[in-house]
Amino acid sequence: MSVRILAAAAALGLSALLQPGAAGAQTLVVCSEASPDFLNPQFSSQNTAYDVAAQIYDRLVATERGGSQIIPSLAESWTISEDGLTYIFKLRHGVKWHTNKSFTPTRDFNADDVVFSVMRMFDENHPYYKVGGTNYQFFGEIVKPSLKAIEKVDDYTVKVTLTRPYAPLLSALSVEPMSILSAEYADAMTKANTQDLVNQAPIGTGPFSLLAYQKDATVRFRAVPDHWTKAVGNKDRMALVNDLIFVITPDASVRYAKVKSGECQIARYPNPGDLPAMRTDPNLTLLSGSIADQSFLAFNQQKKPFDDKRVREALVYATNIPAIIDAVYQGTGKQAAAIVPPSLWSHNDTLKPRPYDPAKAKALLTEAGFPNGFKTVLWAIPVVRAYMPNGRRAAELIQADWAKVGVEAQIQSYEWGEYLKRGRAGDHEVGMFGYTWDYPDPSQILLSGWHCDGVKSGANRARWCNKEFSALLTKANTITDQAERTKMFMRMQEIFQEDVGGLLFANAQAFTPVRKEVKDYKIHFFGGQPFVGVSLVK
Amino acid sequence: MLRFILTRVSLVIPTFLGITLLAFFLIRLVPGDPIETMAGERGIDATRHEILRKELGLDRPLLVQYGVYIERVLHGDLGKSIVTRESVISEFGALFPATIELALCAILLALIIGLPAGIIAAVKRNSIFDHGVMGISLTGYSMPIFWWGLLLILLFSVQLGITPVSGRIAVQYYIEPVTGFLTVDSLLAGDFDAFKSALSHLVLPAIVLGTVPLAVIARMTRSAMLEVLGEDYIRTARAKGMAPLRVVALHALRNALIPVITVIGLQVGALFTGAILTETIFSWPGVGKWLIEAISRRDYPILQGGTLLIGVVVMSVNLLVDLLYGLINPRIRHAR
Amino acid sequence: MTAETLETPSATVPAGTPPHPLREFWSYFSANRGAVAGLIVIVLVLLAAVFADVLAPHSPYLTNDKVFLKPPFWQEGGSISYPLGTDAIGRDILSRLLYGARLSLVIGIVVVAIAMAIGIVLGLVAGFFKGITEIAIMRLMDIVLTMPSLLLAIVIVAILGPGLMNAMLAVAIVVLPHYVRITRAAVIAETSKDYVIAAKVSGAGTLRLMFSEVLPNCAAPLIVQATLGVSTAILDAAALGFLGLGAQPPTPEWGTMLADAREFVLRAWWVVTLPGLAILITVLAFNLLGDGLRDALDPKLKR
Repeated sequence: MSVRILAAAAALGLSALLQPGAAGAQTLVVCSEASPDFLNPQFSSQNTAYDVAAQIYDRLVATERGGSQIIPSLAESWTISEDGLTYIFKLRHGVKWHTNKSFTPTRDFNADDVVFSVMRMFDENHPYYKVGGTNYQFFGEIVKPSLKAIEKVDDYTVKVTLTRPYAPLLSALSVEPMSILSAEYADAMTKANTQDLVNQAPIGTGPFSLLAYQKDATVRFRAVPDHWTKAVGNKDRMALVNDLIFVITPDASVRYAKVKSGECQIARYPNPGDLPAMRTDPNLTLLSGSIADQSFLAFNQQKKPFDDKRVREALVYATNIPAIIDAVYQGTGKQAAAIVPPSLWSHNDTLKPRPYDPAKAKALLTEAGFPNGFKTVLWAIPVVRAYMPNGRRAAELIQADWAKVGVEAQIQSYEWGEYLKRGRAGDHEVGMFGYTWDYPDPSQILLSGWHCDGVKSGANRARWCNKEFSALLTKANTITDQAERTKMFMRMQEIFQEDVGGLLFANAQAFTPVRKEVKDYKIHFFGGQPFVGVSLVK
Repeated sequence: MLRFILTRVSLVIPTFLGITLLAFFLIRLVPGDPIETMAGERGIDATRHEILRKELGLDRPLLVQYGVYIERVLHGDLGKSIVTRESVISEFGALFPATIELALCAILLALIIGLPAGIIAAVKRNSIFDHGVMGISLTGYSMPIFWWGLLLILLFSVQLGITPVSGRIAVQYYIEPVTGFLTVDSLLAGDFDAFKSALSHLVLPAIVLGTVPLAVIARMTRSAMLEVLGEDYIRTARAKGMAPLRVVALHALRNALIPVITVIGLQVGALFTGAILTETIFSWPGVGKWLIEAISRRDYPILQGGTLLIGVVVMSVNLLVDLLYGLINPRIRHAR
Repeated sequence: MTAETLETPSATVPAGTPPHPLREFWSYFSANRGAVAGLIVIVLVLLAAVFADVLAPHSPYLTNDKVFLKPPFWQEGGSISYPLGTDAIGRDILSRLLYGARLSLVIGIVVVAIAMAIGIVLGLVAGFFKGITEIAIMRLMDIVLTMPSLLLAIVIVAILGPGLMNAMLAVAIVVLPHYVRITRAAVIAETSKDYVIAAKVSGAGTLRLMFSEVLPNCAAPLIVQATLGVSTAILDAAALGFLGLGAQPPTPEWGTMLADAREFVLRAWWVVTLPGLAILITVLAFNLLGDGLRDALDPKLKR
C-alpha cells in the first residue's frame, strides 16, 4: 500500500474528483522526462520541478511565454530607485489561493505571502527555515548574496532592499524557486503540526492546482476556474484545458512512440535521431526554438600547454565542429561564435566562428613548440543535456579530429556529480561543460562561468581569467540601463573570441513534437514550461 | 521441526547484519558527492556545501554514521532521501507494489508455460517437441533481456500497435491505490476498462522479465522429471499397469516439484536484477529504476535502505522456500 | 543479468574403467548436436576475433561524416562497402562487431579466470578448514548472493569508475559465490573418500592435499561451470555496457554499442538489432557447449 500517495490524496481530497469520466472535457497529456525532485520549487534547481511549479505557482514577475521579456505577474508594477538598491513592488488584487482537503483559504493573496515566501529561505530563525531542509539552491546562489531585506509596506506593497546594485534581480525573480507560497497555509499547518505539507501538498495561486502526484508515474493538474488571468483576459496566460497530466516517461524513444500512438499529445525532449521522422509524421507538428545555452570545451588554463593562446586556438581550428553538429546535434544546432546565445538580448552576431582548418592548427601548434602534438585527456559529459545531447559521441569525434594534428586525446568520464566536483577542482585538462540560462539576463552564466572570481571557487571551469572581461562584467551588473549594458556584453563576447576562452560548440535547438490537435504550444526556455495558452482542437 | 525453523531463522541474523554493513560501507566507497550532484552545473559555494554536509550528517566519522544508522534501522527508521527529503520507507512503499506486480506476473507466466513444457519434454524425451523446448528455452536463457525488450516494443507496440509502449495504465484511469497492484485495485474499484488497460500494460514487461525464469523452470522441470521417471517406484507403478498419465501426474510430478520450488526461490534474486533492466526499458515505476537513479544521484539513504529492504525480501523468500522444502522433504530437516 | 542455476553438475567422477577417458568423452560429446553446433559457432567467433584485422573492411574507430546511419547493403540506400551499415557517426558496423567479438571473448575468459582463481581458493579453504573460516566465507558469499547481482555490479563499477576492466572485475565479484560453492561442495564430497584419507595418513600436507589431490578431482563441475560462466559474463558485461557503465566508447563492445544505438531504435533498426543478435548468438553457443560438456562429463545422464 502506498502510504505517500494516500497521504497526498487525502490532503488533496481527490478521491471524488478523480473518477474517470469526471474529467469530461479537455485533457492535455504531456510525456515528460522525469519525476520532479521537489513539489516545492524553492528547494530545487531541476527543470522537472520547475515544470511542475510553473503550473501551480505564480511569481512576482514572469517571463513572457516563449520569449525573454519580463512581464508583470503577481506584481502589477514596480519601481527601482536611482542607486539600484531599492525595489518597490505593487501587488495584484483579487488573486485567489488554491484549496485542498486540509486547507481552505480565507483571504486573497497579499504582501504577507511575499514576505513569507522569501523570509522562510532568508532568515535562519524563521520557523519554516528548516522545514524540509535548508537547501534553497537558487535563492542561496543567485538572490541571497545581494539581498538585504524584504518588508511589507502595506497589504499590497512590498519593498526589497539590496546590499549592492544587482541588475539581474528582476529577471531572477521570474524563476520558479522564487514562487510565492501562502503564509496563511503555513500558519494553518503550524497549528495542525503538519508543517511538511507546505512542501508536499502545494497550495499556490497558479493557473492549475495539483490533483495528485505518483512518483515515476504521473503528475495530475486541474485548471483553476477563477484564476486571476481570466479577469485580466489574456488568453496567452490562461489555462485553456480542464486537465493537465504529465506522464513520466524517462526514455526518449518511448516518449516518441507514445506521442505517435496518441497516448500523449506533447512529448518533451525528443532524441535528435528521431527528428527527421517526426517532421514527416502526418499526425505531428515538430516545434522548435533556440534555447539559451552555452556548450563548450574548457581548456584548463592553469595547466600547460593550455595557458598558451596559440595551443587553444590550434585546437579550435583542429576540431570539425560542423561534423559534431551533424552527428551529435543531428544537424539541429547552430555553430556558436559568441558566448551569449542568439536567444538572449545583447547577442553579438557580428562574430564568426573559426573554420575547420587542420593545416592552420598544425602551423599554430608548431609555432607554440608542439610540431608533433602532445598527449592530453579529454573529459566527456556522462549525461544527456540539452546543450550536449551526447557527450561521449562528441568526444569520439574530437578525438579523431585531434589525432590528425598529432594531439592524442584520451577520453575520460566520471559519474555526473563526481564529474562536476572534479571539474570544479580543476582536475581536467580539457573538459566538456555547458550551462543553460534560467532567466533572461546574459550576466547569469558569464558571471558564474567566466569571471576571474570564479577561478578560485572553480565555477570558472576553464580557469580563464581575462582582466578586461571581468572588469566589464562587474560593471555591467551594477547599472540598470539596458542599452549601456548591451554595449558592454557585446564587447565581452569579442574579448572571449579573441582570447579563445574556450571552444564553443553550438547553440542547441530545443524541439517538441506535438500532435496536430494541440494549438498554440510555445517552447519556453527560461525556467519551467507553462501550459497556459495551450488548447486542443479536434 | 521447531528446532529446524529456529536454526534456519537464526542463520538469517548475521546475513542481515552483513547486508547492512555491505550496503553502508560499499556505498560510502563510491566516489561522488550527493550535494554536488544536486547542485548541478551551477554549483554550490563552499560554505553552503559545508552547512548541508552537516545537516545531512555526512561530516561525522563513518563509524559514527554507521552506528546512528543501525540504531535508526532497529527503530524502523531508514532515513530520508537526500534528494527529495521523502522517507525511504514511504518511497519504497509507493514503488514496491509495481515491482511485485510485475515480478509475480513474470513468475506466473514462467510457471504456466515452463512447467507443462518441461513435463511434456521429459515424458516425450528426444522427440521433436523435447528438442524444440530445450532449444527455445536455452535461447531464452541466453537472451540479453535489455535487447529483447527493445525488440518486443519495436514489434508489438510500434509496428503492430497491439500493446501500449510503456507505463502501468492508460492516463485516463486514476485508481486509488489500495493494494498497490493496479490489476487488483482496478477490479476492486469495479472498473473493468481500467483493469484491461493495466493488464495490457503488463504483458510485454512480464514477458521480458519472465523469459529467463521460464527457461530455467522448463529445463529444471524436465531434468527433475527425467530423474524421477527413472526411479524404481515409477518403474514399478508402470510395470503394475498404471496409466501413464496417472504415473506422471500422481507420482512423478509431486517428487519432481521439490527441486523446481528451490529453483523458483533462487530465481527471486535474479528477478530483481531482471527488474532493474526491464523497468528501465518500459518506464515501469518500480524499485529497480528507483535504485539505479539513486546510484547516479549518490542518494545514500535510498541506496542503503533499498538494498536492505530488497535483501530482506530475498532472504525471506529463501527462508520460506527452505522451510517449505523442509516440510515436503523430512530428510532435510535432520541433516543440519 | 542471468546468473546461476542451470542445473549444477554433481561432483561425482566417472566410475569404471572405460577405454580412454578422452575418447569416451568425445563420443558422448559429439553425439550431442547442439553442443557441436555451439562449438562450431564459438570457433567461428574466435576466428573472427583473431582475424578481425584482416576481415574487417574498415577500422572500427574510423568515423566518416558522409555516411551517418547508412543501412545494410540489401536495403535501399545501403552500399556494399558498409555491408551491415554504419552507426550514428559513420563507423562500419560489421567491423565494430568483428572487433567486438574479440572484446566479448576476452571479457568472458578474464571474468571466469578471475572468478575461478579466487573462487577455487576460497572454496578449497572453506572446504578444508571447517569452523569459523568456513562460516565467514560462506556467509559472505550468501550476502553477495542476496543482493541483486546487477545492483551489486553497478555499485562496484560506481566505486571503481566505469570502464571495461572495472566492469569485468565487478562481474567477476558478482559471480564469485557460484565458484566458491561448487568447489566447496566438491571438496566436501571428495575429502570423505578413501584416496584422500589414504593420502592424509601417508602424511601429505594440507596444501598438497588441496591442490594436487582434491582439486583435479573437482575439475569436471568446474569446467562446466566455467563454460556456462563465460556466457553469464558476456551477458552481464553487456548489461553494464548497456547502462553506460561498461566499456567506454569508442570501444566496440556489443553492449556499449547497443546503449549508444538505443536512441535510433525507431529509425535505424540495424544499429540496435545487430549487436544484440551478436550477443545472443555467442551466449547461446557457450550455453550449448556448456550443456554438452555437462552431459558428457556427468555419468548420471549417460544412461
